[in-house]
Amino acid sequence: MSNINTEKTALMSTLPGDDVRQIMWRFADRYEHQMVVQATRSVARGMVARLVADKQRHTHDWTPQKQEMLKAFDEAGVTAAFMEPDQGGYITGPKNLVLALVAFELAWVDAGAATASLANNLALEPIHEKGTPEQIHHYMSGCVPPKPGEKREILRGSFALTEPLPYVGVDAGMLSGKIRIAEWKEGKEPIIQVEKRGRFITNMGYATFVTAAVDTDDPRIKSSCMVILEKGDQGIYDPGAPTLKLVHQLSCTHDPIFNLKIPASRIIGGYTIKDGVIIPNYNHNEVIEAVFRRTRVTVAMMTTAKLLSAIEPVIRYQRTRYRGGEAAKPGTPRYDLGIQQKEDAQHRLLDVWATGEASASLGFEAARLFDEFDPLEKQKDAMFLKDGIKGPRAQMKVFAEPRKRALEYIEIMGKPEAQRDAKRVQDLENDFLTMYVVKESLADVFCPACKLWNTGYGATMMREAVSLMGGYGITEDCPGFLTQKWSDAQLEATYEGPECVQRRQMSLTMVSDVFLAQFKNWIKDLRALDAKKPGMGAGTLASAMELWLWSIEYLQNAKDANGKTLYAGQRQGVTFPMADALAWLLGSRQLILDTLELERKGPENSVLAEGLTGFVNFYSDLSYLQAARAAGEVGKVCAELVYGYQAKGATCALPNAAIKTFAELRSKLDGSLAGARLAKDRAAEAVTQVMIPEALDYPL
Amino acid sequence: MTTAFNIVVCGSLVPDPLQTLEPIQGPTGPALKNEMMLPSVLDPWAGHALFEAANLAKHHPGTKVYLVSLGPKAKLQQLMMTIAQKVPFEFVCLDGPASGFLDSREVAKALASAIEKIPGLDKTKLLVFGGYSSASRDAGTTMQMIAEQLGISDVFLGADELKVQPDGSFRIMERIEGGQYQISSCAGAPIVIGWATGNLPEPPNNPQVGMANMRTIMPALQKAQPAALKTDGIQYASVQLPQQQRQTKIVKDTPVEEIAKEIVAWIRS
Ligand SMILES: Cc1cc2nc3c(=O)[nH]c(=O)nc-3n(C[C@H](O)[C@H](O)[C@H](O)COP(=O)(O)OP(=O)(O)OC[C@H]3O[C@@H](n4cnc5c(N)ncnc54)[C@H](O)[C@@H]3O)c2cc1C
Repeated sequence: MSNINTEKTALMSTLPGDDVRQIMWRFADRYEHQMVVQATRSVARGMVARLVADKQRHTHDWTPQKQEMLKAFDEAGVTAAFMEPDQGGYITGPKNLVLALVAFELAWVDAGAATASLANNLALEPIHEKGTPEQIHHYMSGCVPPKPGEKREILRGSFALTEPLPYVGVDAGMLSGKIRIAEWKEGKEPIIQVEKRGRFITNMGYATFVTAAVDTDDPRIKSSCMVILEKGDQGIYDPGAPTLKLVHQLSCTHDPIFNLKIPASRIIGGYTIKDGVIIPNYNHNEVIEAVFRRTRVTVAMMTTAKLLSAIEPVIRYQRTRYRGGEAAKPGTPRYDLGIQQKEDAQHRLLDVWATGEASASLGFEAARLFDEFDPLEKQKDAMFLKDGIKGPRAQMKVFAEPRKRALEYIEIMGKPEAQRDAKRVQDLENDFLTMYVVKESLADVFCPACKLWNTGYGATMMREAVSLMGGYGITEDCPGFLTQKWSDAQLEATYEGPECVQRRQMSLTMVSDVFLAQFKNWIKDLRALDAKKPGMGAGTLASAMELWLWSIEYLQNAKDANGKTLYAGQRQGVTFPMADALAWLLGSRQLILDTLELERKGPENSVLAEGLTGFVNFYSDLSYLQAARAAGEVGKVCAELVYGYQAKGATCALPNAAIKTFAELRSKLDGSLAGARLAKDRAAEAVTQVMIPEALDYPL
Repeated sequence: MTTAFNIVVCGSLVPDPLQTLEPIQGPTGPALKNEMMLPSVLDPWAGHALFEAANLAKHHPGTKVYLVSLGPKAKLQQLMMTIAQKVPFEFVCLDGPASGFLDSREVAKALASAIEKIPGLDKTKLLVFGGYSSASRDAGTTMQMIAEQLGISDVFLGADELKVQPDGSFRIMERIEGGQYQISSCAGAPIVIGWATGNLPEPPNNPQVGMANMRTIMPALQKAQPAALKTDGIQYASVQLPQQQRQTKIVKDTPVEEIAKEIVAWIRS
């Protein structure tokens, strides 16, 4: 009998190293990024790992040892990676990718350490995105570690949105934190009284400034806003008690209390005065929207890093499981492969691995998208400020034409390159508002998608990784700290907006015509790719995307058995699962794209020459099996939603044509799975052969 | 009196010691399994030499530090992402193998001629540093041969300390048998030192230092010439792992005395 997998293919020789990662995640020519990665890694696998090994996670208190970690971040350039050179940093331009890499490297060992580092950027973000030039300069440069000989205390910040129950959680609209005018002398800057209590505020044990969301409690202040509080302001600045959290103990979380007088110049983004009323330039929602759309990507990367960090310890555990026993003599499969002799152990590890890879591909793409989007947004903000365009309606009006041009652009880009009108493409690309619309439509889907899927589904798969280590997995001695990483993942899925927030955002953004037009182009591209390279699962993914697309269009137009609209804001039972399904698709597609990039750019790196085919084969197989997993999810979700709202026994309530189309698409999807399991078998063989280091490069 | 030196550090990469290093017979002679694919680190002894050089430069304004490396240039580029962040230096790159199976005489020739070609190098101020040994070839022969080629007769091996005396002369501590030091005085440059571990900690990574170094590193990598190395000088009859092997094991919080006792027992066994 012939066996389709017996044909000899090159296997992956070693675990993917920096050369492979730099190509896949597109920073092979960004040396500053590569250096930040190395610098961060040395802190993570050195000091941070020792803190975990030394049981510093066992206390809620902020110990001197934990404080040392901040110094290590400062010395290694991690703290200043966020700043511009004129503020004392060393990287020019947008920092989304580099911060995603920092989060990834730190969370590889401990996500709490990543949170401690990134929470400072979170505190700065409101100022960075919407602050006045003076605010930006003062706080950004204040957070840069002093140079040798420079006499200055470094500033460290907290971001305070969340409040004691019942307010501010998922529904960030309702604030109990308030501002009133305390004093307003003629011709002088108004003085504002701020009352705010925070809950679960990171860095608060040592923060010297806080960016806080507050609502107006005074007719002389027009709207909510964000303000900057400083330790030393007149009144109460009480960091409060440490939060008794069970995760991320290398970050410092407190429930603070503030009752302070501050000058109105601390309103983030400034204000104007009209008829004796202070009008903040940005309300708190505008600020936090700009903040979270970026910072959520770094959170997503934390769970991702942990999944990928689990691969090496799991392989080592599996292979060495029986060594030392009577039956496992060196040279026997039992000795060399241990548990890896068993197919299920290989396959489950591959599921963890594929999830980690797809979520990395998705998250880093989101980070790169924001690197492209940032300058466009700055340009747009500047234009709106100059032309006095304020409020959603006025803004919509400005975008009416660019939106049409964006759709035209996407249509042209959907054609083969030879058939495109190059001049028109150039003109459209030079029009920043058009590009803004295109990129925003992607950023608004990719950011919540990676936050949702990487952390939520990632947490589930982190449990799977733990289970692969048996009892060892749930001990403190488990190499790679897998149980800590698993429980930490629950926080990553929660803070900066739990999963429902991401689903809610996606349910609005994923039905935008600009996004869906691009989505349709991707299906075409995947079909073309599948014709050329059938071994990557591109056909499976394209079929799953077609099914999703058909379903979302159907759900938006159809009604349930009671005549109620299916796809609607309140109907989370419909919108939310479709968001999850889309996240699966996006991750799977990005993994395919990153594998193609590796295949294309790999030959330029002579180090990789020897092993490239093995890597490309492995990643193609992984892409295939991930496409199949995504297809399974999408098929399940769509079938349940399309059929599930019909009255029992009356699927015929669906128009016949609709049932037929759905059934055809579903059956095409099922048929497209041919080959997926063979790919999994091939990848499994690679997993049993791949060379791993002798020991983990960080302590236990 | 402070003197400005020209310090040339010779050092290249070795496979990360945590990796499995398995000798195999490659197409061009003995090699390590998947050697190109394995991550590498700066040879630890050469690393000490580099940190000593940087420290000396800090205390002797005007001193220039060069790092001369013979290795596969794409791998050296990767290595620079870490090493360039540690201390400031100018980079000189020779593209070629960094394998432990190369003839050290050939390596020394290539390095010496690269040193000769450094523009503006002042030989009267020249300190050539390197490791007295290497993690990939523990022969301890390269530095002497470089000295020979450059015509430098003051050579110190296994050094842990170099002090510049007020009169500009050097006081050097070399390791000798039995945990003892031999202390020598030397009138001044030029000298060659093969460093042992020195006394300095590894500097932390600092991307800002790295970015400054990259200004010379990238051009150096781009114009790196393939090093002409003859490989016919040495024939390897066979290559194998040592018979006596110690398995790596990881035990937490073991006192140093315990570790020492275990090693002694292992040697005796
Ligand atoms: C360790 C830690 C550190 C933190 N750091 C900070 C910080 O530095 N700054 C800061 O401001 N905050 C911080 N937070 C707060 C964090 O962002 C919030 O906990 C999080 O946003 C969720 O809010 P909540 O806990 O009030 O959950 P809730 O709002 O009560 O939500 C709980 C659950 O209810 C459901 N739910 C709620 N609303 C909806 C809805 N509209 N639709 C559907 N389902 C819904 C969902 O299942 C949701 O998961 C931190 C939290 C922790 C635990």
